[in-house]
Amino acid sequence: MEHAEALLRMEGISKSFPGVKALDHVQLTVQAGTVHALMGENGAGKSTLMKCLFGIYHKDEGHIYLEGQEVNFANSREALDHGVAMVHQELNQALKRNVMDNIWLGRYPKIKGLPLVSEKQMYADTMRVFEELDIHVDPRTVMSKMPVSQRQMVEIAKAVSFHSKIIVLDEPTSSLTEQEVDHLFKIINMLRDRGCGIIYISHKMDEILRISDEVTIMRDGQYIATRPAAELTKAEIIRLMVGREMTNQFPPKLDTVGQEDIMRVEGLTAEYSHLKDVSFSLKKGEILGVAGLDGSGRTELLENIFGAATRRSGTIYKDGNRVQNRTPQESIKNGFALVTEERRATGIFGILNIQENTVIASLKNYLKGVLLQSGKMSSSTNEMIQAMSIKTPSQKTKIQSLSGGNQQKVIFGRWILTNPDVLLLDEPTRGIDVGAKYEIYQLIQRLAEAGKSVIMVSSEMPELLGVCNRILVMSGGRLAGEVDADHTTQEEIMTLAAMYV
Amino acid sequence: MSQAKEIRPHQKKALSTPDVLNWLLDHAMIIIILLLAVYVTIRVPAFIKLPNIVNLISLTASRLPMALGVAGCIVLAGTDLSGGRMVGLAGFLVASVIGSVAGVGGVLLAILVVLITGAAVGLVNGFCMGKFKLHPFIVTLATQLMIYGLYLTVSNSKQIAVSSFVSQPMFYISGRPVPWYVLLAVIITALMWLVWNKTTFGKNMFAVGSNEEAARVSGVNVLMTIVCVFMLAGALYGYTGFVEACRIGNSSATLGLSYENDAISAVVIGGVSFVGGTGKISGVILGVFMMQLIMTAMTFLGISGGVAYIIKGAVILIACILDMRKYRAKK
Repeated sequence: MEHAEALLRMEGISKSFPGVKALDHVQLTVQAGTVHALMGENGAGKSTLMKCLFGIYHKDEGHIYLEGQEVNFANSREALDHGVAMVHQELNQALKRNVMDNIWLGRYPKIKGLPLVSEKQMYADTMRVFEELDIHVDPRTVMSKMPVSQRQMVEIAKAVSFHSKIIVLDEPTSSLTEQEVDHLFKIINMLRDRGCGIIYISHKMDEILRISDEVTIMRDGQYIATRPAAELTKAEIIRLMVGREMTNQFPPKLDTVGQEDIMRVEGLTAEYSHLKDVSFSLKKGEILGVAGLDGSGRTELLENIFGAATRRSGTIYKDGNRVQNRTPQESIKNGFALVTEERRATGIFGILNIQENTVIASLKNYLKGVLLQSGKMSSSTNEMIQAMSIKTPSQKTKIQSLSGGNQQKVIFGRWILTNPDVLLLDEPTRGIDVGAKYEIYQLIQRLAEAGKSVIMVSSEMPELLGVCNRILVMSGGRLAGEVDADHTTQEEIMTLAAMYV
Repeated sequence: MSQAKEIRPHQKKALSTPDVLNWLLDHAMIIIILLLAVYVTIRVPAFIKLPNIVNLISLTASRLPMALGVAGCIVLAGTDLSGGRMVGLAGFLVASVIGSVAGVGGVLLAILVVLITGAAVGLVNGFCMGKFKLHPFIVTLATQLMIYGLYLTVSNSKQIAVSSFVSQPMFYISGRPVPWYVLLAVIITALMWLVWNKTTFGKNMFAVGSNEEAARVSGVNVLMTIVCVFMLAGALYGYTGFVEACRIGNSSATLGLSYENDAISAVVIGGVSFVGGTGKISGVILGVFMMQLIMTAMTFLGISGGVAYIIKGAVILIACILDMRKYRAKK
């Protein structure tokens, strides 16, 4: 029987949550020695499917077969013991402990005959795995001292150390540089050659087409198709994912740039980061992109303008007047808004509901005396939900239960309600699926059209080229150059980005 | 705290004023204590003489096991307020058992009883924290009341005299007795060092304190780890009750009062952070020693009780502010 040979076969998996059918008879078959991409918009059910595999959720219906044997894992540890490992997007690590303590957590090697842990063996075992994967990290380094990319490698090494047959990688490249992505792909290829099955979850189509053998696409909790990657094109994937043709990834540009400068920054230098001597100006209705490699000082630039980081020197002018922006509070009063990069860590209030998340930055607008007027808050929230077509059961829903794209829209709504003149957006579409990205682009354009100015940091160059009017390129904490988005190339930007590296 | 901030490249440069300042701040606690010791020595030279040092070490040894116990709870990013009252209850149990069973048998039975009682209280504390996800502050706030109530009920608030070998001198240094409990404290500390650093249980404890979810998905039995940490702590409080009752010579309603505060303070001064997941046995030892040093120094200087409390409080506050520097990313 052909089925019995598949490394992993998930069949007819269904899972319902109160009010939603998250998975509706979904299937997934992964062959040994292949990389299988799992694609779909946020909310399509990819992570729910994986959680069913790992026993984090209990499936309502369906069967899971591992090498022909039906399995039903009760928890992730049981899955690990059967050779099914997952590298989470949100790294789950004990940051204050060192590398090897993390890798062998839950199964420390013992000194023979004693109830003591053998550090020596742990070190040797770790080194063996690292050598195999060509990872250069000291096993005794404390996790929190390492960059996210290295921590991710450690997590992959952990999966490998379980001799996993199936490794699920969830958005593994979201915080990696290009060289690191290459390294990761080398590791993936090695695991594939060894006969492992890799389930690769990502929104980055170029990567998917480059690394995967097969692609399974899901939409709205349903299985759509499984195709060999070689037969797929980006356009075809998008069509399958969103169920409609999407020839243009970006909405057409509008002519929104006004004449007068709304903001000017002179000689901005940070106290605690390497941001140095940045000067530029921003026009009313302009969408200004900020490009650069990771660590080039893009986020720091926004944080320094917004007063979220300490400025050493430099001045900011708005509408011709000097503004201090020493704290976020002051900056908001001056008409600035910042949508932060790490949505989960510094954007959403996970356990608060949509309404609370929406009105939190503009509470003073709802005051009557010392009390907040709930009717007014609820109508503002409704306005935002409608204006941005936020998909949510109600405004009393906890924001953490929404998909990334919808969470981001809520945060946009939060800042729009403060009626800012300058919006600082840090990676506004990170981890958001194609359809929602398009909506975010439109939203940004609508804001510009309404006379707001936008500064938008992004790691995705096509996005900057497709949405912005002008692009600043950062390099090594300095401003390396400024390009016109309509007449530049990715090559020109890359050259500038490498200037002070 | 955002992890992304920690990966920012640090510019290496020659030793500058901020570097020196940072070093001073990082070691401020020790520097302050040393300065205090020097100051007290100048004022009252007997402070640095052998008899006082022996005395300091004995005092440290009597309080160390309790601090080691509560330190584990703090590593879990929790706390334990039940220690002081547990010491009181244990003191009563020891006095009762030794009073009714004579000889070595009585002492051993007493130790066994307090270890088991302490562990049982720890079991309740740990179970409530691990199973019902209650904050241990609330859990132990409640249980310490219950322990005290239990003590009052069974003891009728009687004072009972008690003595045993632990408080007898092992040998003398410059005429000062070194009691047996100093040796026991050394043994317990060595065992605790092994448990913290070399056993699966110890490593799991740090992992749970650092990131409970990561520990769970790695297959660590989180509930069991939490329960065991509190049971171990409870047993150590029980032991402390045994030593303290014998050292003071009787069991009373005030025995152990606010010991938990002293223990928690010492542990925090010793760098075991409430953030969870960090801490060293050596830090706990240092913390307990420093607390005793400060108290003794104050006695030597003839500072009144009221002022002593103010200074003690200030020391704890400063220690925590300095400790938090390490975890707060500057922007």
